[in-house]
Amino acid sequence: MSETNLVEAVNKALAWELDHDKDVVLLGEDIGLNGGVFRATDGLQSKFGEQRVIDTPLAETLIVGMAVGLASQGIRAVVEIQFMGFIYSTIDNMISHATRMRNRTRGRLTCPMVLRAPYGGGIHAPEHHSESTEAIFAHMPGIRVVIPSSPLRAYGLLLASIRDPDPVVFLEPKRIYRLQKESIEEAGVALPLDVCFTLREGDDITLVSWGAMVHETLQAAEKLAEQNISAEVIDVATIKPLDMKTILASVEKTGRCVIVHEAARTCGVGSEIAAQLAEFGLTFLLAPVQRVSGYDTIMPLYRLENYYMPSVEQILSAANAALEYA
Amino acid sequence: MGVYDNLNIPYSQYLDHHGQLHETCSDYTSDAKNLINFYKIMLRTRVFDQKAINLQRTGKLGTYASSLGQEAIGVALGAAMHANDVLAPTYRDYAVQLSRGIKMSDLLLYWGGDERGMDYEFSREDLPICVPIATHTCHAVGIAYAMKLRKQPRVMVCIIGDGATSKGDFYEALNAAGVWQLPVIFIINNNQWAISLPRDKQSATKTLAQKAVAAEIYAEQVDGNDVIACYERMHEFIERARTGGGPCLLEAISYRLSDHTTADDAQRYRSPADVEAQWQFDPISRLKTYLLENQFIDAEALDALQKQAEQEVEEQVKIYLNTATQPPEAMFDYLYETLPEALQSQRDEVMRKGKKHE
Ligand SMILES: Cc1ncc(C[n+]2csc(CCOP(=O)(O)OP(=O)(O)O)c2C)c(N)n1
Ligand SMILES: [Mg+2]
Repeated sequence: MSETNLVEAVNKALAWELDHDKDVVLLGEDIGLNGGVFRATDGLQSKFGEQRVIDTPLAETLIVGMAVGLASQGIRAVVEIQFMGFIYSTIDNMISHATRMRNRTRGRLTCPMVLRAPYGGGIHAPEHHSESTEAIFAHMPGIRVVIPSSPLRAYGLLLASIRDPDPVVFLEPKRIYRLQKESIEEAGVALPLDVCFTLREGDDITLVSWGAMVHETLQAAEKLAEQNISAEVIDVATIKPLDMKTILASVEKTGRCVIVHEAARTCGVGSEIAAQLAEFGLTFLLAPVQRVSGYDTIMPLYRLENYYMPSVEQILSAANAALEYA
Repeated sequence: MGVYDNLNIPYSQYLDHHGQLHETCSDYTSDAKNLINFYKIMLRTRVFDQKAINLQRTGKLGTYASSLGQEAIGVALGAAMHANDVLAPTYRDYAVQLSRGIKMSDLLLYWGGDERGMDYEFSREDLPICVPIATHTCHAVGIAYAMKLRKQPRVMVCIIGDGATSKGDFYEALNAAGVWQLPVIFIINNNQWAISLPRDKQSATKTLAQKAVAAEIYAEQVDGNDVIACYERMHEFIERARTGGGPCLLEAISYRLSDHTTADDAQRYRSPADVEAQWQFDPISRLKTYLLENQFIDAEALDALQKQAEQEVEEQVKIYLNTATQPPEAMFDYLYETLPEALQSQRDEVMRKGKKHE
C-alpha cells in the first residue's frame, strides 16, 4: 500500500504490466530518460530497457501506426501522446486501422493497443495544451474511451485497458494528476471497463460527469447536501461504450439529471447521454436534462480558461433549475 | 561513404567561434552598420528572453520557450527577408519576429495567455507561431503556391526544429515544393535537441539537410551561430527563390543553451557540463569580438546598445503588464466572421459568469 497521486498511479499500472506481461511495450516522445513530460513513465526505461520503453522520433503518425503494427503481432503497445493537442494526426490510423482491424479481418488480426494522452484545461498551459476532445474518439466505432478521475481508478482502469483485447483511448485529466492521493495496493488488480462508478448515492438528483470535472461535481453534491438535497454522483469512466444502465437506473430513482463535462457542448458526450435519457427515460424524467459544459469556442488561452471551464456554481445553478422545475 | 559524398551537402562558416573571419564577405556583411545591426537585434532578443524567463519565474507569464544561443539564425533571416515576404515561425523564433517588427509586448501577451499577442501590427501576413510541430511546413507550401500563382516576386520562409524533420508533414511539404518548384525556403534550426531527444536519436542521417535531396531540393548546412554565414546563405537562397530558382533548404547548426521551455528540466537528460561547453560557440560573443577587434565599434558604444536593449525591454514589459485581460466573452470574438445566432446564448452565459466574478 502506498499513498499515490493520479500520475503516479499511471506509472504504477504501467510498471506492473511491463513486469508481468513481456508483451507490453511503451512508446512515445520523451518517455525514456525524461520520464515523459508529466513523469508518467518516470524510471520505467531504466527498469525495463530501451527496447520496451521506446523513445521515438518526433512523429505521432509513426507512433500510432507502429502501435497498430505491433498490436497486430500481439504486442500490447501502450502509446503516450504528449498532449491531446498533438493527437490529431493519429486519427487517421485510429479510425482507418486500429478500430477496424478486427472487423476487416473477421477476427484474424486484432489491435490490443492503448493510446494514452493527458488532456483538459486548468493548468495555465500554452496553446493546444488544454483541449478536451474525447468525443472525437467516442464517435469512432470499435473503440473504448476510458477516463479515470482518481488515482485508484487510474490504476485499475489502465490495467484493464492494457489487458483489453481491443483498442482503448485512455485520457488522463492532467489538472488532477497531483490533486489527491489514495492508497493503492500494488497487486495488479484491474477495475472493470464499460461501467460507471457511483461515487455518491442520492435520491433527489443525478449528477453525471467524468475526468477532472468529477471533482467539481462532487463539491456541488456536497453543497446540495448542506441544503438537504441528496445528489447521486456518477463517474462515467468509460465514455465509450456507455453504461446507460447505471445512469438510467439512477435517473429513474431521482427523476432529474445534470451532465457535467469540460468539453465543448455540441456533440459532446453529454449530448449522447441526454439523447438516451430522452429515448429510454422520458417517462421518469421530472425535469429537462441539464448540461453544464465548456462552450463551443476555441479553448481560450489561459487568461480566460477559468471562464471556459464549468464551475461549481454553474453545476449548482443547473441542479437548482432541474430541482425547481415543476 | 560514397553515398554520402554524392549527397554533397556544403557547410559554411565565415566567422568562427573565436571571432575570426575565414571567408570574404559580401558588401552587405562588410558594412559595419549592418553588422552592428545584427548585434543589436541579437542582444535585444537575448535581453528579452532573459526577462521573459524572469517574468515566468515570478508568476507573471505562462510557460515560455527560450531562444538562448539561437539568436543568429533569426537575425540573419530577418535581414535576408523582404518585408513583404512571409514567415511561418515556430515558438522559438523571436529573433526573426523582432527583426520583422513584431512587438515584444505582443510576444509576451501570447505567452501570457492572451490571443491578442498573435495580432501583429507589422508583417501581418506572417503566420502566428506554430505549436503542433511541423504542421506549418505544408502551410508554407500553400502560401508559396499562392505567390507563384499570382506571379509575385515574394518568398515564403518556414522555420522548423531538428525534431520536426522526423514528421511526415515535413516530407510531404518538401516533396510538393519540389514538384511545383515553389518559392519556399525551409530553415532547420538544428539546436541538437527535441525536448529530451538528442539529434542522433532523432535521425540516423548524417545531416538533416540531406532529407531535402530525396525531393530534389537543393540543401546546405551552415554554422547557425555565425550570423554572417547565416545571412550570406539565406540571402542567396531567398533571392534565388525570388527569381524563380525554386525551393531550398538550409540546416543551421546551433545549440539549445536553455531548457526546452520553462516547464522543462533539462538536467534530467543532459549534463550541465555539456551545456557549459557549448557556450564557447555563443553567436553573440563571437560577433562582439569581431566588431571590437576590427574597430567597427568600441566598448562604450556596446554598453550603450546593452542599455538601450534593457530599456526597450522594460518599456515593452510595462505595456504587457498594463494590458487588461479581455472580457470573458472575447472567446466568442473572431470565432466566425459573424457569430451564429445559435451561439448567442452561450455567449450570454459566459458574460453572466464574468459579471459574477467581478
Ligand atoms: C506534433 C507535436 N508533437 C509533440 C509536441 C510537443 N513538443 C513540443 S516541442 C517538441 C520538441 C520539438 O523539437 P524541435 O523540432 O527540435 O524544436 P525545438 O523545440 O528544439 O526548437 C515537442 C515534442 C508538439 N508541439 N507537436
Ligand atoms: Mg530542436
